[in-house]
Amino acid sequence: MDESLNLVVFSGTDDRLQAVAVLAAGAAALGKPVHLFLQYWALDAFTKAKIGGDHGLAPEAGDEGRAAVDALAKAGQASWAETLRQAKELGEVDIQACSLSMDLLRLEESDLDPLVDGVEGVTAFYLNAGEGQIVFI
Amino acid sequence: MTAEPTSTPDITTTIDARGSFCPGPLMELIRGMKEAEVGEVLAVLSTDKGSKTDIPKWVGKAGHNLIGVLTRDGYDEIVVQKVR
Repeated sequence: MDESLNLVVFSGTDDRLQAVAVLAAGAAALGKPVHLFLQYWALDAFTKAKIGGDHGLAPEAGDEGRAAVDALAKAGQASWAETLRQAKELGEVDIQACSLSMDLLRLEESDLDPLVDGVEGVTAFYLNAGEGQIVFI
Repeated sequence: MTAEPTSTPDITTTIDARGSFCPGPLMELIRGMKEAEVGEVLAVLSTDKGSKTDIPKWVGKAGHNLIGVLTRDGYDEIVVQKVR
């Protein structure tokens, strides 16, 4: 039961990041160690400059999806970043930036929001995952 | 007088998580449980439809005592005793 949950987070849209945050928070609540490995557009969304901004939605959302997501936010749904902050208070949630994506996006560690704990390569991610499941989002 | 079970221990703290979305109510309960003393009874009020299944499952896993899941008018009240 306490095997880790390991999410490779590639997509940087707000809906997918919200799904990531909810999955992470639920696992943290159960005492599962959670590792997030941020790549590409997800990593871009975790920069200080962009974390508070609008990151759009997955293409399948369409106009109706946009309206539904906006309605939930207006009703007081916590942002994905806030949900991740709370998940970190609850349990062991480690958020790492993919070093290749750091190079791709020309980022320094100082560009990242404090939610991100560090920068690592894919091998470290696999080693930290151990026997736990790995999910790509 | 209402028909509430008389054996229910007094509620120490009520957490009003109504309007909070999944997994907000559970997270608020866990935060409350961390601050509570062993033996205290917490009630969490939730409008999230997942809470009445998720919270009892978490309570079982975490080794606390589920006292009741009560359906109120438009929300659920889940009552939990801190065991450890």
